[in-house]
Amino acid sequence: MASDGANASVPVLAAERISKTFGEVQVLFSVDMDILPGEVHALVGENGAGKSTLIKTLSGFQPPTSGRILLDGEPVTLPANSAAEALGIILIHQEFNLAEHLTVTESLFLGREIARFGVLDRKAMRAEARRVLDMLGSRIDENALISSLAVADKQMVEIGKAISRDARVIFMDEPTAVLSREEAGILFDQVRKLKAKGTSFVFVSHKLDEVMEISDRVTVLRDGQWIKTAPTSLLDGEAIAQLMVGRELSSLYPAKHEPDVDEEVVLSVRNLTTGYVKDASFELRKGEVLGFSGLIGSGRSELMEAIAGLRPRLSGEVLLHGEHLPAGDFRETNRRGLAYMTKDRKGMGLLLDEGMTTNLTLQSLGQHVSHGYLDPASEAKAMARAKRRFDIRVRDDRVRVGRMSGGNQQKLLLAKVMETEPQIVIIDEPTRGIDVGTKQQIYHFIAALAREGRSIIVISSEMPEVIGLCTRVAVMREGHLVGILEGEEISEQMIMRYAAGLRRKAAG
Amino acid sequence: MSTNSEIEERAPRRRTWRDIDLRAVAPFAALILLLIVGALVNPNFIGLTNLANVATRSAFIAIIAVGATFVISSGDLDLSVGSMVAFVASLMILFMNSGAIADPSLMLVAAMVLAVVIGGACGLLNGLITTLGRIEPFIATLGTMGIYRGLTTWLSQGGAITLQSSELQSLYRPAYFGNVLGVPVPIVVILVVTAIAAFVLYRTRYGRHVVAVGSSREVARYSGIAVDRVRTIAFVIQGLCVAVAVLLYVPRLGSTSATTGILWELQAITAVVVGGTALKGGAGRVWGTICGAFILELVGNIMLLSNFISEYLIGAIQGSIIIIAMLVQRSLTRKS
Repeated sequence: MASDGANASVPVLAAERISKTFGEVQVLFSVDMDILPGEVHALVGENGAGKSTLIKTLSGFQPPTSGRILLDGEPVTLPANSAAEALGIILIHQEFNLAEHLTVTESLFLGREIARFGVLDRKAMRAEARRVLDMLGSRIDENALISSLAVADKQMVEIGKAISRDARVIFMDEPTAVLSREEAGILFDQVRKLKAKGTSFVFVSHKLDEVMEISDRVTVLRDGQWIKTAPTSLLDGEAIAQLMVGRELSSLYPAKHEPDVDEEVVLSVRNLTTGYVKDASFELRKGEVLGFSGLIGSGRSELMEAIAGLRPRLSGEVLLHGEHLPAGDFRETNRRGLAYMTKDRKGMGLLLDEGMTTNLTLQSLGQHVSHGYLDPASEAKAMARAKRRFDIRVRDDRVRVGRMSGGNQQKLLLAKVMETEPQIVIIDEPTRGIDVGTKQQIYHFIAALAREGRSIIVISSEMPEVIGLCTRVAVMREGHLVGILEGEEISEQMIMRYAAGLRRKAAG
Repeated sequence: MSTNSEIEERAPRRRTWRDIDLRAVAPFAALILLLIVGALVNPNFIGLTNLANVATRSAFIAIIAVGATFVISSGDLDLSVGSMVAFVASLMILFMNSGAIADPSLMLVAAMVLAVVIGGACGLLNGLITTLGRIEPFIATLGTMGIYRGLTTWLSQGGAITLQSSELQSLYRPAYFGNVLGVPVPIVVILVVTAIAAFVLYRTRYGRHVVAVGSSREVARYSGIAVDRVRTIAFVIQGLCVAVAVLLYVPRLGSTSATTGILWELQAITAVVVGGTALKGGAGRVWGTICGAFILELVGNIMLLSNFISEYLIGAIQGSIIIIAMLVQRSLTRKS
């Protein structure tokens, strides 16, 4: 209904034949996009399709190489460096722009503090901050430090900042990538409220179910080209996915191979307790892909980090091939064939300023030492092998890893972990923030590793992923392992029941 | 000290002009520019004797700065090196004055070993305070800077500590004033220390770990690198480099005082930064550091040989150099 009325009106913001070139590389090819008042416009496409560049161009962070930007139908040149915010055009970055040491109120008024006779009027600012947060239906304390907030609340502060500036268009770059389903739900409620008041949203996301849920119209980009803009009601997830990749997605998930019941138990965790995780027990068999599901903050990563020796254990034991694994010794654990792949590839996985080879061999440098010094030829060989095996595609082999696409980074991270030749791999969020095509590849890599006889634990917040990949799924809730599902039991509804605390059973 | 060796280390496989990292080349370009300027200012400048002199005088800072390259690459900072020079030198001379060993050659060898051990121990202390004590390296080494300096002042009772035995003095003199195949010993020592350091930083597992730890502590930890150990060893390397500098310093004057090595930490850090190593950690450039130390000394020399700038301004000029170097570094980073 919003779109019906809006169709007649002039777009708030429009891109006309926008092209953008970085150096010799053209990223956008004459792209059109218009944003109507009071609509949620989803922008989708594979990684590297040009979504981020387009929204950065439309929000004034990067000037277009050619083409025009229209504001209320009039051509404008958007001022650079977030000065477009004064015009009501606001970009919420994927990595938030919040100073951890400021309070919520201070953050909301950063750079436009209310002052009386040159002295900060804290009272007025606190009152205004409260008003904005109440309007959003958020219960965040306006005096809380940003560093003390959950990720969803930080997201909310960013949105509060946007609306307290009378935003007309808010660009959100993957706002739900770091949010749990519940948190995303809260965010969407606020988006709907603001939309009803006439604010427009541009929403970049890889999660097609969310696109279907929240957006009025969808624009699809592929390889920097505009492919289609259509009302969401005329599309379904499958259709959008096809438009994005331009080919049929035949089998997103590879065939499952269930290990035999008498297959060797390679990892056995008994009554493991850390600060937050309580009394977790489970077993992993050779060649098995075991899923770990649950809401964000349910303690999955903490449990796995404790097993891998990255975090201390308070009690409980871990047996690797029947032998005790010492607590808190990541290198020993790694040496004995258990590897952990972090979900935070930029912060904890890869050295962004270094090249691919340095990153690839970092965890397994011992293999490339001969007579006490590093052998570049051996490293180069490993790099060539990894590129083939994990299909890492780059234009230039010496590119800094920070400049590679998310998908290639993820493949490189997987390759880096696999260089240690682990028999057991714990993969935390295997496909966060990467495009459908690469996701499919990574699923096939995981299946192939399992067929080689390795055992894999997949932690994922995306339920279709654990359902599609795993033969057993463990569900965690508030630090407890509340159930392990097998066979027919593995379904979104059942996982959700356990994750939300409606059901539980003793861990098997 | 050629540009080639630096590039070889960084890009071992294919080498074309496009491969060259501007940041690695910039210090050497600046050095060449300075040599040209110097030659224009005073024809004596470009003479081999003068240049060898400059290189010899840069030895202390150069060698200390090689150690600082490790500390800075691993993301830390050591402010105590200047005080450490004074402290190690004082103990070394006091030991030689003690007459504990009768045979002069044996005494000299023992004193040198002692200096190296003390240097290493001072570095270890810095490293442990920073890592085990979890104190910012800036604060930790600010503290030990005061401690080493204070102990030196106390040992010397505010005056100088002088090597008394003339026999030892004449035995030790060649270590600074001597030649090897016509090359002054300090220059030989610079080259040897730098070559070893470059090998360690670019070609060993430890060197790769230093870069990883400096780029991101978290990534290093999640890659199974013993972060604290890598950082501590970098401080020990710094201490050993200080000790080597002391081994050259003592034979020069045969004396130290409470003011020995004042502000050397700033010169060492300047040399490292001018040489292209990022102050925030990560990429370390050993040959660049040597180049940086040489640039600092050259600027002083040019000012001395020319008559239009007072040599009392040398501190101000060196201060300007570090700022200009940072600006150049940043603009080159943006372009690449």
